[in-house]
Amino acid sequence: MSAASPVEVEPEIIPEEGVALASPWVTLVWDDPVNLMSYVTYVFTTYFGYSKKQAERLMLEVHNDGRSVVSTGTREEMERDVQAMHEYGLWATMERSE
Amino acid sequence: MSGFARHRRSRKVIATFSGFEADLLRSLAGQLVELLRNEAAVPRDDADPLEALFDFTGPTEIPDDPVLARLFPTAYADDAEAAAEFRRFTEGGLRDKKSDAACRIIEDLEEAGLPDELQGDGLMIDVELPEDVAVVWMRSFTDIRLALATRLGIESGDEARWMALPDDDPRAQAHDIYEWVGYLQETLVGALNR
Repeated sequence: MSAASPVEVEPEIIPEEGVALASPWVTLVWDDPVNLMSYVTYVFTTYFGYSKKQAERLMLEVHNDGRSVVSTGTREEMERDVQAMHEYGLWATMERSE
Repeated sequence: MSGFARHRRSRKVIATFSGFEADLLRSLAGQLVELLRNEAAVPRDDADPLEALFDFTGPTEIPDDPVLARLFPTAYADDAEAAAEFRRFTEGGLRDKKSDAACRIIEDLEEAGLPDELQGDGLMIDVELPEDVAVVWMRSFTDIRLALATRLGIESGDEARWMALPDDDPRAQAHDIYEWVGYLQETLVGALNR
């Protein structure tokens, strides 16, 4: 995905595929009964720079499936993203991508 | 009670609170600050005392208080060592940011005319927040709601349970406050999206 590491993505590589190959870590956001859908969407658009449509898709995935991968990148990048999500009060964890 | 809106010309995020509402918000923000500062963000002292003395980093264990455990979740579910390291390097800074955000709400309300001691009715507090400050408020509303929800034991789809409580049950009152802050946050997100 383009959000976690836009500057490091080679311009000729399609971001989704490029990062998936090169980046073995993911940030997960988990569903909780408190955070508002509008707020979670707002966080995904402003922090990750996702389009409204993309942010809403991820938000609904969190809501319906209990969790969603919201960014992909290096371990350091994911630690930064998890920390940012915690600052926003979202329940985020990170793990090695499968 | 009308929540937040976006001022068309100034682009500021605005809201008008009754004195009672502003006082309630201040009290909630104040309780959050107290909680964040109370259980010190330092390593347990069961470590080597000399080593602990020179350890200026952060805690490595999940906080005892369930609210703090929710505000500072474990980052690595399956790797205790990595989770402890992550906590050591992030929790202190996150605590400060969350505490600063709640303090900002208190300062802005007092700046807008909320007196130390609320007296009588009729006081109205108008707040006008630049976008970056409105985002700080919005984040802190999340922390306040997470704190209230954790204390109350809020779960998904449990509305009926709260509706069934008698009005004079303190949990019903706390739940009303939780819903109110949720409403404020919803309108604040809406204002920021405008």
